[in-house]
Amino acid sequence: MAVAAAPRERAALAEPSPSWRRGDKIAVGLCWAAGLLLCALAAAIVLYMGYKGLSLLRPELLWQRPQASADQSKTGGFLDPLIGTVVLTALGTAIALPLGVATAIWLSEFARPSWLARAVESGVEVIAGTPDIVLAIFGLVLFQQSFFAFLSLTAQGNAVFGRSFLTAGAMMALVALPFVVGSTREALQAVPRHVREASYALGKTRAATIRRVLLPACRPGIATGTVLGMGRIVGDTAIVVILLGASLQFSRVDGPPVMGDLRGTGSTLTSYVYNNSPAGEGNAPEKAYAAAFVLLLVVIGLNLAAGRLGRGRAKWKS
Amino acid sequence: MRSPWSDDRAERVLGAVASLVLITIAGMVVFVFAKAWPSFAHNGLGWFGPPGHGSVDDQLTNIFNSPADPRRYVYELGAWPLLWGTLLTTVGAVALGLAISVLAAVFLVEFAPGPIRRVMQPVVRLLAAVPSVIYGLIGILVLVPFVGNHLISLERKQSVLYVVQLSGSSLLVGVLILTVMIVPIMVAIMADALYAVPRTWTEGATALGVNRWRAMWTVSLRAARPAIIAATVLATARALGEAIMLSMVSGSQGFGPNPLDGLTFFLEPTRPLAATIVDNAEGLSVKPFGQTIYAFAAVLLVSTFFLSLGGWAAKQPLKRYGTAG
Repeated sequence: MAVAAAPRERAALAEPSPSWRRGDKIAVGLCWAAGLLLCALAAAIVLYMGYKGLSLLRPELLWQRPQASADQSKTGGFLDPLIGTVVLTALGTAIALPLGVATAIWLSEFARPSWLARAVESGVEVIAGTPDIVLAIFGLVLFQQSFFAFLSLTAQGNAVFGRSFLTAGAMMALVALPFVVGSTREALQAVPRHVREASYALGKTRAATIRRVLLPACRPGIATGTVLGMGRIVGDTAIVVILLGASLQFSRVDGPPVMGDLRGTGSTLTSYVYNNSPAGEGNAPEKAYAAAFVLLLVVIGLNLAAGRLGRGRAKWKS
Repeated sequence: MRSPWSDDRAERVLGAVASLVLITIAGMVVFVFAKAWPSFAHNGLGWFGPPGHGSVDDQLTNIFNSPADPRRYVYELGAWPLLWGTLLTTVGAVALGLAISVLAAVFLVEFAPGPIRRVMQPVVRLLAAVPSVIYGLIGILVLVPFVGNHLISLERKQSVLYVVQLSGSSLLVGVLILTVMIVPIMVAIMADALYAVPRTWTEGATALGVNRWRAMWTVSLRAARPAIIAATVLATARALGEAIMLSMVSGSQGFGPNPLDGLTFFLEPTRPLAATIVDNAEGLSVKPFGQTIYAFAAVLLVSTFFLSLGGWAAKQPLKRYGTAG
């Protein structure tokens, strides 16, 4: 999705001259308008969120736990949602990364039988095109099957709750998967044939070539895709609202320490913003602005990181 | 060092992992449709029609309150207002977004001076990455009150008061914000394709005495048609599935804006399918209500599927021209 950065040199034919037809001049004017509109919008959003965020964000919000209260000054901070975002992103990435890299390697290095490869390829596209809300409620019906009871709370009467960090993380992995697959494949295809052939000539098997030559060479590409996917996980709201329960504080399930927490419900920054906007139950717009500012910073940070990783990509001579 | 894995084994394991993608999709289709079936079966084609009497929201409330006895479950639903809302927001945003993004992509590739181009590339990426909940927050706290207080006169509110209340949460705000959300995605894809058009083609056009805009319009954009289709398909999928932002700003009423109302049409509230799912997520555990909600998801799933199919079909005759998308 990156915008290719190949500035072209333009000299003589520069600006619209009087000889141009009026329609063409208007068209160029519209182009300018559209381009500047985009820049102005981005500036407006960043400045507005920055202004609201800096004036409403107080440091103690970051380490106070949220409390239910009608009074905006007593609702505490957003420590739980912040940790929730980190945990959920880590879980989703931990699932998406191996799956995505394996899928990409199979697609680009083996891809036999070819009908299966074509099907997997369009399958990844279908997942990329599926709305997150559909993924969310698919996850709900899937993880409410008793087979998956170990992932979440089981209520009395053996009804499986289906909502937990683990189930939400699994669905988040699907959100990130297309990004990981896409950029890993791109990186693999950028490795020239002769590199692979050199490795075979040294007596390495294909499996060893993948592990020792291709994977290290693709590391920047894999990292870029992973970080882009993380950005999507951090910004996703629908899956959190439906699959994580979006409870204000963490509510853990009885069990061993870490597993009990992961099987419990919680919230993330996105669901915190949603619930504290006038559309949700909390209705504390000041908290919502502060949390949204933090969220925006995280997302911008992840995107800068992705851009930097992408630039560090190995250049091959062919 | 020898790898512990033989080639055969690596291929089989990786192939199995890749096939998980297909199993997931199959599972999604099976589970969602199995759960949604009763709602479709009870209503037949009437599911897609207008609600007989009362509004969709009344019908949803009836379904939610249906008796506990499975034989007396209520399923009666005419989802047309929700489908109409989905159609309006999606088509509106994609049409508006297509016009803006083609112009912006041409500007970025051809007309922008160096400094602006260097600013604009990260700006496009930034706009594409802003989470929908932030757009929704700005919409509900800034745009909705503005529209409600300044753009809707009291007379206009009273003129439709017997049907619907105008508060500012409206089709207009929903479409505008949705446009802002999809334009960067489209611009990024189109700009990539325009950059990939061989220089010699546009130079050929200019050498024949055509100006730069004409060369862009007749040569580059034509060569980039597959990418424009791909971008439109992706943006449409995004717009169809956008739930959170639209549930925040579009009014959350199962009301189909009526084009006969003139300008008021744009200011009437609506609620697309995806937003309906989010708004009613608490009711999922009520069996017939949950099945109705899954029916909405099934419709979304089928539409995104046909969307990709349509995009693929539209690209086929263009394959022999220029840059792929």
